[in-house]
Amino acid sequence: MTTGEKSAVSGYLDMDLLRFTTAGSVDDGKSTLIGRLLYDSKAIFEDQLEAIEKTSEQRGDENVNLALLTDGLRAEREQGITIDVAYRYFATPRRKFIIADTPGHIQYTRNMVTGASTANLAIVLVDARKGVIEQTCRHSFIANLLRIQHVVIAVNKMDLVEWSEERFEEIKEEFRKFASRLGNIVDVTFIPISALKGDNVVDKSENMPWYQGPSLLYHLETVYIGSDENHVSARFPVQWVIRPHSDEYHDFRGYAGRIGGGVFKPGDDIIVQPSGFGAKIKAIHTMDGELQEAFAPLSATITLDREIDISRGDMIVKANNPPEVGQDIEAMVCWFSDKPLNGRGKFVLRHTTKETKAIIRDVKYKVDINTLHKIEDDLEFRRNDIGRVSLRTAAPLAYDSYKVNRTSGSFILVDPFTNETMGAAMII
Amino acid sequence: MPDYTVTHLNQLESEAIFVLRETAAQFEKPVLLFSGGKDSIVMTHLARKAFWPARIPFPLLHIDTGHNFRETMDYRDNLVSEIGANLVVGSVQKAIDEGRVIEEKGQNASRNALQIQTLLDSLEEGQYDAALGGGRRDEEKARAKERFFSHRDEFGQWDPKNQRPELWNIFNGRMSPGEHFRVFPLSNWTEMDVWQYMKRENIPLPSLYFAHEREVVIRNGTILAVSEFVQPREGEAIETRRVRFRTMGDATITGAVDSNADTMDLIIEEVAAARETERGNRADDKRSESAMEDRKKQGYF
Repeated sequence: MTTGEKSAVSGYLDMDLLRFTTAGSVDDGKSTLIGRLLYDSKAIFEDQLEAIEKTSEQRGDENVNLALLTDGLRAEREQGITIDVAYRYFATPRRKFIIADTPGHIQYTRNMVTGASTANLAIVLVDARKGVIEQTCRHSFIANLLRIQHVVIAVNKMDLVEWSEERFEEIKEEFRKFASRLGNIVDVTFIPISALKGDNVVDKSENMPWYQGPSLLYHLETVYIGSDENHVSARFPVQWVIRPHSDEYHDFRGYAGRIGGGVFKPGDDIIVQPSGFGAKIKAIHTMDGELQEAFAPLSATITLDREIDISRGDMIVKANNPPEVGQDIEAMVCWFSDKPLNGRGKFVLRHTTKETKAIIRDVKYKVDINTLHKIEDDLEFRRNDIGRVSLRTAAPLAYDSYKVNRTSGSFILVDPFTNETMGAAMII
Repeated sequence: MPDYTVTHLNQLESEAIFVLRETAAQFEKPVLLFSGGKDSIVMTHLARKAFWPARIPFPLLHIDTGHNFRETMDYRDNLVSEIGANLVVGSVQKAIDEGRVIEEKGQNASRNALQIQTLLDSLEEGQYDAALGGGRRDEEKARAKERFFSHRDEFGQWDPKNQRPELWNIFNGRMSPGEHFRVFPLSNWTEMDVWQYMKRENIPLPSLYFAHEREVVIRNGTILAVSEFVQPREGEAIETRRVRFRTMGDATITGAVDSNADTMDLIIEEVAAARETERGNRADDKRSESAMEDRKKQGYF
């Protein structure tokens, strides 16, 4: 069945979901691109369009300014900048999309990191006139650091370089040279576009017959993300213990959580970290019935064949492939707070569903994210800085390298006095 | 290699259940805001799933404007008794009677602003530290940057410039005394997702959502149902139209749409073809371009 035949009623039930992030500055056409994706996929409604038509007219804009669709808060509209991550939604008959729309300037690195943390794919916008610049480097570094496996280099404003194939090829070459220094990105796709004119955004461009690849939207609809989740190392952080105390479920003791990797089945041998006690899975429950297997990112409730002491913050893992357990952690940290990190800070650490205390023992280096050079002579972390630290936690963590598992490889640091989220970290 | 693709509805369901469980675990005394609207009905359904086979471990709180559709109240009372939930009602009428809030005057007076005070009073009275709401980021642009765990200061206010970052699925619900959180498990859902999900899960809905004949008046372009709260003004005529409601709010401001959609499938087709957002017919959002942002800062849902 082709997607065109799907009705709204049946068609949407079996769609999958792609989360992607866009980063860009005021003038590189990011808001116009998103505005166009939303507009051309009919995610914009008439009343929203009327509102921006009115505003464009008041501001004296020549055309309807699609960028206004994505400038949400009043402060941002007044200053003409995007200061936070904004989430947008649209769907085609093939997929539902969640866009984490982030500002691209270096002073908003933390917002880019936030947007990237849940994304499968990143769109990095390159101005065809400027080519690969510091900002391209920064966005690609962040996509790589946050382990986004699919990257689209959207070479925008092709209309301003006379739709030149030669220019497009030059930019590809520039990017490839630079990207060889980044490790994790699995899949890079280059697409020449004009967000303003709509070329290769939804429909194939007639101005660039030399380009044989997909339009941006077609690529977003079809890129294979089925192997993005880790289905090897089974991780189940316990959120909540369910004890109904009812007549029917008198002895029920279920561990509720969301699977953070791997596949769990009834009969599996598991161990509980950090205690190390073992058991077998008796059943995997949902309100709709028992599951024969459960995998990321599903929420479920697990019962075991024997009573062991398990509470929130513990992790149920498969016995044949356990995570590391320890108190000394090496991590890449991105700093979010106005209050800088000087040497040994003490924090509340949140990792999966566990909370403990942590102390920063050592700052190894910071990264200049425009050049990828290490900075070793200035080790104070100010807002938006990224670098490597060593920590010691008060209680042992069951963890994996972030490269292996996003869920068990990430944590945040919270100020114990203000409760502010100070930084976010990826375990090495 | 087996196929471990998870459909978008299963991903959204699983995420919402995760957030509901985090809320129960991180807060002393959460409460679920129940308006009788479809989003809060879906929330209640998800809360049952999150804690099954146990009961929902927190009460439902209904902020009652006193301007209710009868159908909404019947639905609420049936649901609560069926699932054995604990219902708490915060009454705007009572707040007016006790002089804690003053009713707006004039032709287009609404109790929307008064709901804010009644909500904040109810949260304080019950010492609730987290209020679960059905808000979605696709509803209105001020909501596009809302967090799952949204911090409110001791005055119940939202500061859009000072929101906590949310990375991965790690939610920071730590707070100082007197502060509270609003939690939005449906953040990533769209209106279409909610309808698709209700269909898939066979969730019954108040009859107002389905097309029916009703006496209405047209006021400032909004179709309002005639009731004890809405009577025709001079120059307005009562008409009978076939309509349905897309949201379930205060009966004095919630507009209906002309519709023949009297089944779930027909509604889904209608939503798919719709050219106006569901809040497009809420008179409260039309007051100014940033009406929603202003109300949210003060503590609106």
